[in-house]
Amino acid sequence: MALLQFTEKGIFCERANVYIDPWKPVDYAIITHAHADHSRWGNKFYLSHHLSKPIIQHRLGSDIHIESMEYLEKRTIHGVSFSFYPAGHIIGSAQVRVEYKGEVWVASGDYKLEDDGFASPFEPIKCNTFITECTFGLPVFQWQNQKEVFDDINKWWKKNQEEDKVTILTGYSLGKAQRLIQGIDPSIGKIFTHGAIEKTNEIIRNMGVKLNQTTYVNSEISKSAYRGALIIAPPSALGTSWQKKFQPFEVGNASGWMKLRGPRRRRSLDRGFVLSDHADWDGLNAAIKATACEKVIVTHGYTNIFSKWLNDQGIETQIEATAFEAEGIENTDKNNAE
Amino acid sequence: MKDFVQLFTQLDQTTKTLKKVAALVDYFNKANDKDKLWTIAILSHRRPKRSVRTSLLRAWAASAANVPPWLFEESYHIVGDLAETMALMHPNLESKHDKSLSEWIEFIIDLKNLEDEHPTESEDVLATKKEKVRWAWNQLDETERFIFNKLMTGSWRVGVSQKLMTRALARHSGIDENTLSHRLMGNWRAETSSYHQLIIATDPADKISQPYPFYLAYGLEIKIEELGKPNEWLAERKWDGIRGQLIIRENQLFLWSRGEELVTDKFPEFEILTEVLPNGTVIDGEIIAYQDNQPLGFNVLQSRIGRKNVSKSILDKAPVIMIAYDLLELNGKDIRESSLQYRRQELVRLVDNAASEKLLISELVEFKEWKDLLKERADSRKYHAEGLMLKNKSGTYKVGRKKGDWWKWKIDPLTIDAVLLYAMRGHGRRANLYTDYTFAVWKGKELVPFAKAYSGLTDKEINEVDAFVKRNTIDRFGPVRSVKPDLVFEIAFEGIARSSRHKSGVALRFPRMFRWRKDKPAKEANTLEDLEKLLNLYG
Repeated sequence: MALLQFTEKGIFCERANVYIDPWKPVDYAIITHAHADHSRWGNKFYLSHHLSKPIIQHRLGSDIHIESMEYLEKRTIHGVSFSFYPAGHIIGSAQVRVEYKGEVWVASGDYKLEDDGFASPFEPIKCNTFITECTFGLPVFQWQNQKEVFDDINKWWKKNQEEDKVTILTGYSLGKAQRLIQGIDPSIGKIFTHGAIEKTNEIIRNMGVKLNQTTYVNSEISKSAYRGALIIAPPSALGTSWQKKFQPFEVGNASGWMKLRGPRRRRSLDRGFVLSDHADWDGLNAAIKATACEKVIVTHGYTNIFSKWLNDQGIETQIEATAFEAEGIENTDKNNAE
Repeated sequence: MKDFVQLFTQLDQTTKTLKKVAALVDYFNKANDKDKLWTIAILSHRRPKRSVRTSLLRAWAASAANVPPWLFEESYHIVGDLAETMALMHPNLESKHDKSLSEWIEFIIDLKNLEDEHPTESEDVLATKKEKVRWAWNQLDETERFIFNKLMTGSWRVGVSQKLMTRALARHSGIDENTLSHRLMGNWRAETSSYHQLIIATDPADKISQPYPFYLAYGLEIKIEELGKPNEWLAERKWDGIRGQLIIRENQLFLWSRGEELVTDKFPEFEILTEVLPNGTVIDGEIIAYQDNQPLGFNVLQSRIGRKNVSKSILDKAPVIMIAYDLLELNGKDIRESSLQYRRQELVRLVDNAASEKLLISELVEFKEWKDLLKERADSRKYHAEGLMLKNKSGTYKVGRKKGDWWKWKIDPLTIDAVLLYAMRGHGRRANLYTDYTFAVWKGKELVPFAKAYSGLTDKEINEVDAFVKRNTIDRFGPVRSVKPDLVFEIAFEGIARSSRHKSGVALRFPRMFRWRKDKPAKEANTLEDLEKLLNLYG
């Protein structure tokens, strides 16, 4: 019996009767991170990292049965030990290390290698089998380091400010939005947030995590207050009447997909900034190498292409279908915590 | 090249016309004449000649990126642009050169010249080319690499129309926009011209082949009665061929297509017109296939388009004539500012005097009241025409697409309900989305593909179909996916003809998606028999 199996309900550890990020209701769910496609509704029991717990509760209701633990802490169920390691994807995101009698599997959820200064940085784990995403598993995806990207964003904001315009920057509500708030130079001007994002910010601040000051966009603020300011909004706010009231504005989006000219131009944006919470091509390859694993299982993203590449490199790889959504070009908003 | 990179980035980053023009003016004010000329050339689709085969570029790019060829090709399918794929995949480096745009273009042209200088040493030439291209990639940063690759490979859509570029150039040079668009027409090349010669020099003698910008019509948007008094307007057929401009100057004939392509050689039958038309004549007309006093369908003309050599048998099978719409130059004088009534009167005189079976006048469709035209329009398919053209008798001949004096009034398209069978990823702005579709109709229980269509859906609908394709793929063949035959679309098209090259036996003219029939299950889509009925009626 394989330590982890892919069933119609999710990634299943039969020996412990536990699922990781199940997509159908189960008795015991271990959750890698608080995005909607990884922490779903209807499970009898949830186990997550401390920093994911309040977010999951906010999304799924405070009456769910949930416990949480720290990175590297162990929980043993029927002789199988489970522990969380930082995945660097968003706040509280974790890889799940599963060990039984010396055999180690890692379900990495979503991850990135660069330390963004907000999410706990990714830690590689030696294992026998590594389960990985490959959202950006093509060699055309190579990220710049985030300092350069934030320099560009700051410059753009300043320029808009000089022209007395409102700067609207979009990124999904849980993860990207906070990374932006924390990474952008707050001395340039005032940072406002869309309601969906401010809700998430509030939860995060209540956990005692420090986050630069933001103000929720509301009807009591006069329109002129937004001139020269920055508004962080989810991509779903684009093209809505909510957005229109900020005229004159410039709109940007921060996402890994902005690497490609087609998607950049399609979304009638003024600017696209390449900033992803997923690993790029080199990142995926480095992460896999660092595990020194014997086998890789790819779950979502360019799975056919990436698995063929790994097999060609002599790394045994198979594809398993899951219900995780690769952050698509057109649905960068799916992770919206609302 | 820094200034050009900045220009490109600004153009690429905005969708606003004003900003684009401002960026162009700013660039023209800064750039030297050589760079200006090349920029104008690039933005009017006059790239330097291809110096390296793309198959070689692909192989070199893959090896520079240390990826196998199959992975390069897969990435290309997803990125949807070859130059971009090669630029993104290359290890990223700092820019470390100070060459200008025109110097990089000269670098590319020199690659081409290598062949001419050493025609026999092809292996060595290839090795040298490879070394030079690899060297260039290592000097350039990501955006510069993309631009360099674009200059070396296919067509380049920067999102700036020639109209916008001309507007910016007018602001920069102080020369009137219409004058400039005239000067920018024709057969010039940046390799052999100069900014001064092209833009500044007035009335250059070597421009005898130079055409005028075409006047293009918009589709009629209002009720026809709102055009005004019927007696102030002319109606003629909108012929379905290739819009062309016929020039006779200094005993030579030049024929231009609307795409500013010199097509004189493709239509040798017009050569005899030099004998019957006076010098200093420019006629705007339609080239159509025509035999035994009958217009033939566009598909007949199509069999000639794109052929390198026009053989005797093609000339016999697809004979052409020109139907004259308008007269732009008379006795060497530009008469575009005269009224249509005057231009037409002179045109009729010229065509009558020429008395050539290769040049016919576009006959007027007579009408007293607007409603008389309804029947005429409905009869268009009988003449293989696309509909009617309505022209104000007092109007001048304008530059480009303008509203007011000319309107096209096309017939409603033919339509058929078809099932989506295959999908392929698009290119450019639609890269990485399944936007190119093949449609099928029923033949018994089998689906027979009969048309490809790319246009007609909104962005939102495209996203929906894209998601459907990704979830309902049955099989993959390279970039093509076959999908569950579930979605039905109403396909509109302008004409239908028999074709031995298509499995269905028919070829459609300009098929596009008219409507997504979400209300229709696949089994209720049309059949091959229905298509054949249309073929018998209109083919």
